[in-house]
Parts: sequence; structure tokens; C-alpha cells
Amino acid sequence: MSATPIATGRSTSGIPTGRLAVWWVIASEIVIFGGLLISYIMHRLAHGNWAEQAAHTSTWVGAFNTLVLLSSSLSAVLGHKAADAGDGKKAAKMLYITAFGALTFVCVKAAEWTFEISHGYTITSSTFWSFYYTAAGLHALHVIAGAIIMLIVAQAAKRNQHLNRVELIGLYWHFVDLVWIFLFPLLYIAK
Amino acid sequence: MSEEVHDTHHGNYVKIWAILVVLLAVSVVGPMFEIRVVTLVTAFGVAIVKAYLVIKHFMHINHTPRFIPYLVVTCLVFMLLFFAAVAPDVMNDTGSGWEKPAWVAEEKAWAAGGGSAGDQHPQP
Amino acid sequence: MAEAAVPALHDEQHHEQSFGQKYLWSTDHKMIAMQYLFTGMLMALVGGFMAYAFRMQLAFPGMDVPFYGIVSASEYNALVTNHGTIMIFWVAMPVLLAAFGNFLIPLMIGCDDMVFPKVNRLSYQIFLLSAVVILGSLFVEGGGFAGAWTAYPPLSAKAEYSQTPLGSSLWLVAVALEFVAFLLGGINFITTTMNSRAPGMKFYDIPMVVWMIVIASVLFLVSVGPLIAGAMMLFMDQNVGTAFYDPDRGGDPILWQHLFWFFGHPEVYVVMLPAVGITADVICVFARKKLFAYKTVLYTAFGTGVLSFTVWAHHQFIAGIDPRMAHIFTVTTLLISIPIAEMIFVYIATLYGGSIRLTTPMLWALAFIAEFLIGGVTGIFLGASGADIYLHDTYFVLAHFHYMFYPIAIIGTFAGIAHWFPKMFGRMMNETLGKIHFWLTVIPFNVIFIPLFILGLAGQHRRIYDYTNFPELAIQPLQDLRVLATVALLVMLGAQLIFLYNFFSSMFKGKKAGKNPWNATTLEWTTESPPPHGNWAELPTVYRGPYEYGNPDREDDYWPQNEPV
Repeated sequence: MSATPIATGRSTSGIPTGRLAVWWVIASEIVIFGGLLISYIMHRLAHGNWAEQAAHTSTWVGAFNTLVLLSSSLSAVLGHKAADAGDGKKAAKMLYITAFGALTFVCVKAAEWTFEISHGYTITSSTFWSFYYTAAGLHALHVIAGAIIMLIVAQAAKRNQHLNRVELIGLYWHFVDLVWIFLFPLLYIAK
Repeated sequence: MSEEVHDTHHGNYVKIWAILVVLLAVSVVGPMFEIRVVTLVTAFGVAIVKAYLVIKHFMHINHTPRFIPYLVVTCLVFMLLFFAAVAPDVMNDTGSGWEKPAWVAEEKAWAAGGGSAGDQHPQP
Repeated sequence: MAEAAVPALHDEQHHEQSFGQKYLWSTDHKMIAMQYLFTGMLMALVGGFMAYAFRMQLAFPGMDVPFYGIVSASEYNALVTNHGTIMIFWVAMPVLLAAFGNFLIPLMIGCDDMVFPKVNRLSYQIFLLSAVVILGSLFVEGGGFAGAWTAYPPLSAKAEYSQTPLGSSLWLVAVALEFVAFLLGGINFITTTMNSRAPGMKFYDIPMVVWMIVIASVLFLVSVGPLIAGAMMLFMDQNVGTAFYDPDRGGDPILWQHLFWFFGHPEVYVVMLPAVGITADVICVFARKKLFAYKTVLYTAFGTGVLSFTVWAHHQFIAGIDPRMAHIFTVTTLLISIPIAEMIFVYIATLYGGSIRLTTPMLWALAFIAEFLIGGVTGIFLGASGADIYLHDTYFVLAHFHYMFYPIAIIGTFAGIAHWFPKMFGRMMNETLGKIHFWLTVIPFNVIFIPLFILGLAGQHRRIYDYTNFPELAIQPLQDLRVLATVALLVMLGAQLIFLYNFFSSMFKGKKAGKNPWNATTLEWTTESPPPHGNWAELPTVYRGPYEYGNPDREDDYWPQNEPV
């Protein structure tokens, strides 16, 4: 409907508007995940017996998912590099690979949770599991949302349109990766 | 806009990825020694290093105006403040004039039996 | 980019906009501002009606309240809960932050719209949805949530205690949606102000109201995260059976309190700062004087913002927190009164020696300063943890925060509306009606809440629907105070009809305003009233600060920001 306002093109702060906005989004997400994870950490440090519950998470599955996300961050930043070079088709391809990584992550998680739930570790089994499913679930929602936006950006990038958005969704994606980098030791390793 | 300047900021991303994967391996292997300090250092120390690498090399934080790292650090500092002020209440099972009986009982049972008498057992 | 020469009018100007495009799903910041303003005003009527109902119950226990019916004990709790929740989240924030922010920011910094107009529209739509949800929550089975706006578990977490399983969850969903709407809106404000200023507008040339709204948006963004996490956990406790806040199953109810107040305290500064900013702009215009110490006000606002994150547990002094923490929070709470007092001093210094014009907006701004000051000093008693042991949960607290919120959300809003109405609608409001409305609002306000300070000191606790069960509180002198407060409320509510009449009739029949009826210096007054889509045919350039009044070298007593040297 509306043309882009002149306001959007200005950058008095020295950083383009889109990138500035994504960093503010990341700041708000730091405190959302921060609040949740700190609540978890405080409980975890207080309940020595949670280590016994945590032993039932699969370190290998967690590590595999970490590998998936790290690799998808690689493809995301390679997409950024391609977009900077003006190669929309390559940027889109890299974004599709990243989105495929997201899909893999979600499928592995779905399988992992199915296994855990069928063995009786549900969200109400103990407060450890409540935090486990809530934290990983919130993260997974961000993975899914990120993947959807990524596909939309890729569609435009394929036609060499809005190439600057490749970097922006990549920035968000790296943040999603960062959250997992901390979730992995918190939920899977500390036992 | 500074897109032209941007190109020279692209480093060797595959190399960074390889380092990240090695670090991941370290963090998985570390706990296998079952020494608590080693586990903590490999798990959380590695996480911090990985985070640093992603923020610096993938997110290019060095090429953003300075207030952005300040913003991120400020948010993290506030999270630490939150932890410091709340931990005395939430992390403890007794305080001055109160106790959480269920927590106390749980910890006693766990310490005594090395088991999980206080936990709800998962239903097979 | 030669912004000044590039015309800002968009394609839409050249074809007719449908009713829907212009009013319902506009991306124009001014229309979105109006949407927030009108929604907020409507919700104020709802919140005000709730206050009417519960105050009638307190003054005349058991009476059949006209237009409401009998207020039962549980209905009373739902009324006070939703009154507080609605006033903060659906009145103060949308009007002060979203409406004024949306309307003023692009106009005062000299650009054609917010940087993300579609995200702006989305933020209003989510907000509207949240308003529908909170109103809907009042009519579901069991009634609206009645566990106080602070929603402490286990009352808020367990249906067997709250008796409102559906209402509790809908309340939480509505608040969460409102948070998302304001996160989106806030990022728009921050990014626009950081990036889209007119050429020549440096940091210290930005009008104070814009700074305050942006700082408030930053405070909101940084503080709301932990509460969003906490709200998710509470929702799960309510509906999934988790035990995040249940100490019998490994959780801790105090965690909720900390998560809530870590946001809750900065939140009061989120609403305060825009009102303080509006006051700054209004007093400069109507004292014909530059702001006494612009940088001081700005840096104290930054300082207040940072300090506001270090005081939250003063809401929890008697909840059983670690006493060493209570010591620390007492110190920080008392400290934070200093920067705010500093701001008030600067405003008084600004007025001193000025050429004061007592127009309606100026009356509101002066009332803000006086009333806010009174409220602020009563906060000192509450900040001292020893005194708070007696005062916590009494009407003293309630009177204190109404002496803060009312100047912020009502007086500050009326100052802003009276000042910018000509720009928004192209017509002047009636000054006589404005002044009558002013006096009939401000005087009754004091008559409502001063008795409540006295009742609080007498030991009257909050959230009790009928004091006839408390012999030491049911005595005649105290009941007389309750009646006095309620009668004053009725007068005050009735006076709002004058405002509503003035507002709507002036919109259509008021005297035409012209571009700059107040002879003010800031950029919004250099364009048409109301501004066209795109705001200016040619975007302005700025040459000086925002409050250049009374410059001795000039014939006019004001020097617009965009006038070339």
C-alpha cells in the first residue's frame, strides 16, 4: 500500500534503520530469555536433586542440535556475504539451507520430546522438566518464527529485491543460535 | 549507506564454524571426565567463547556504532543485577523467619538416600 | 540524500483513499495516534466507571449502585483489579506513550512518518486485540480476574483460590498482548528518533517530550522481558499444571513477585517520563522562556531510568525478602527521589522570571508539578522500610500512587491534549470550558485522595470491600472520610462531561487554528493543522535548539527551529 517513507532511509545514528531495529529486538529478547534462564538457574542451583532429573536428557541429541544450529548460522552469514555482493540467488539459496537447518532442529526436538514424554518425563513431572520444556519450547517458537521470516526474505532475495533484509534475518538467527548455545549446557550438560 | 565498506568486513566464516564445532566437541567430552570443575569450565566456558565468536564474527558487532555493544552489555548487567537481588529469596529453602518445608524435605531425602525420594517419579 | 528538496508526498495523495484506508488500516502515524488516543479514552471511561462502582460500595456498603447493582465481595475484587490494570495498561500507556509518541515524534523531529509504518499499524492492531480480550475477560463464566493487578500466585495461579479460571487466563493473555504491542511500537519510536531526525537536529536540539518518550520506550523494552517470561510461567501454572510458583512442588511464589516488580517499578517511570516531557514543552511555550537546564533534565532522566532498575523490591518489604536486601532497596529508593526533585527544580527555575500565560495547557502543566511533588514526598515514607512495615497495603500507599499516577495519566494527558489539540484537529478548544473543566477536576482530585492518606494512617487496609466488619475502622469519622472521597469522585467524574463536550464540539465547530496558534518554536508548528499525509511538502532543516524563546536580539519572542540563520 504505502511507499517507504523518507524517514526509513535516513541514518543519523550511523547505522541503517533496519539493522538498528533488529539490534533493539535482540536487546528485548535478551531480557526475555534472560529472565527465564535466570529463574531456571536459581532453582537449579537450589535443588541438588534436579541433577538426577537432568540426567535423563540426551546430551548427544542436544549436541547434534547444537551442531545443526551452528551450521545454520554459517549458512546465514554466507547468505549475508552473498547479498552484500549483490548475488540474490546465492543469498536465497543460503537462506533456504538455513531454513532447512531450522526444520531439522525442530524435527529432532519433536522426536526427542516424544521419546521423553513417552518415558514419563512430562512438563509436570517435576519443576526441572517444566523449565526444560518451557525454555526449549520458547526457543523452538523463535526458531520456527525465524524460519518463516527467512523463507519470506529468501523469496524476495531470489529476485534481487530487499537484499539488505538477508543480513537482518541473519542477525536475528545468530541470536537464536546464541540462546541455544547457552541452553545446551544448562539443560543437557550440567548433570 | 555503507554497504561498500561492508564487503571488506567478511572474513573466513568456514574457519570460524570449524572452531565452533571443535569447541562443541570439547564441551561434550569434558563432562565425561566426571570432574565437576572440568565439566563446568568446558560446558559454560565453552559457551561463553562460542557466544563471543558468534557475536564478533557472525554478527559483526565490531562494525556497529559503539552504543550497540553498550546496549547488549547493559541488558546483561541488568540480568546479573536481577539474579543478585533475587537469589537470596528464591535460591534458599530457609530465610529469616520463613522456610519452604517441601524444599527442605526434598533436599534432606536426596542427601540422605542419594536418591530422589522427594521427587515425583516419572510414570513409565 | 537531499531530503529538504525531495517532496514527501506519497502516491496515495494522488488517489482517493477509501474510508478503510484512511481510518481503519492506515499506516500514517497521525491516524494511528488517534486510534490509540480514542481507544485509551474509551478505556478511561471503563476504568473510571469501575472506580465509581467500588467507591460507592465503600461509601455506602451494600447499596444498589445506580447503573451497576449490588457490589458483591468478589465483584469488588474484580473491580479494583481491573480498574488498576486497565488504567495502567490501557489508558496511561496508550495515551501518553503511544498516542503522543506516534503523533509528535515524526512531526517534532522533522520527518514524514515512523520508519516502519506497517509495524506501527500492526502494533495498534495487537493493542486493540488486547483491549478486546481484557474487556471480554470481564464477561466470561466466573467473571473477570480478581487477584489484584499484581496477580500474586497462588491466588492467581490456582483456580480453586481465584474462582475465576477463565478470567485469570484471559487477563494474562491480554496483558501479554499489550506488552507485545508496546515492544513493537517502542522499537519504532526509538529507531525513528535515532535515525530520522531533520538535518541539523543534534541530540540537544530534540524537544524534551520526544526524549522522554524514547527513554520511556527503552525502559519498557529492557524491563518487560523477565515479566514476559514470568507471565508465561504463570499461564502454565494456571492451565497446564506446572508448579513454577508452588513451593510444595519445587517452585517459589516470591519469584513471581520479583519478576513482576522488576518490570513494575521501571513501568511507573515509563508512564511518568512522557508526562514530565509534555510538562517541559508546555511550560516553555507559556512562560516564553527556554528550559532552564536542558542537559540537566536530560541527564537526570537517564539517571532516573538507570536507577529505576535498582529499587523494585520496595514493593516487597514485608513479603519476607532478605532484610539485607531491604536495606539496600531502601537506600536506592530514597536516592531516586533526588533526580526527580532535580527535574522539578529545573521546571520551577524555568517558570521563574518567565512571561507566564495561564492558558488551559499551562494550568494543567502547573498542576502537574504541584500535585506530583506532593505525591513524591509521600513516597519517601514508603521507601523507608521501617515505616513501610506499618504503611504497606494501607490506603496510604494507594493515595501515594494515585498522587503519582493521576498527575501523570490524567493531568499530564489533559495538558498534552489541550496543547496539541489545535495541531491534531486544526481547531482551538474552548478556553472557558477548558478552565472550568480544569478546576472541577483538580480540586476534587485532592478531595478524593487526601482523606485516603488519613484513612491509611488510621490503619485502613487495601482491597477490602466492606469495613463494617472492622470495628476500629467502622467508626463514623472514618466513614465520613470515605463518603467525602466518594462524593468528590462523583463531582470529578461529572466534570469530565465538560471535557468530552469541549473535545468533540471543538473538533467540528472550534475556531480554526492556523499553523502556530501558540507561537511555539518546535517543528510541528511549522506545518498545516492538521498536518497532511507526509507532514510537509518539503521536509525541514533545523538550525537551533527547541526552546529559543525570549532571545533579546530578536523582535519576536520566539525563534522557530527551522528558520535559517
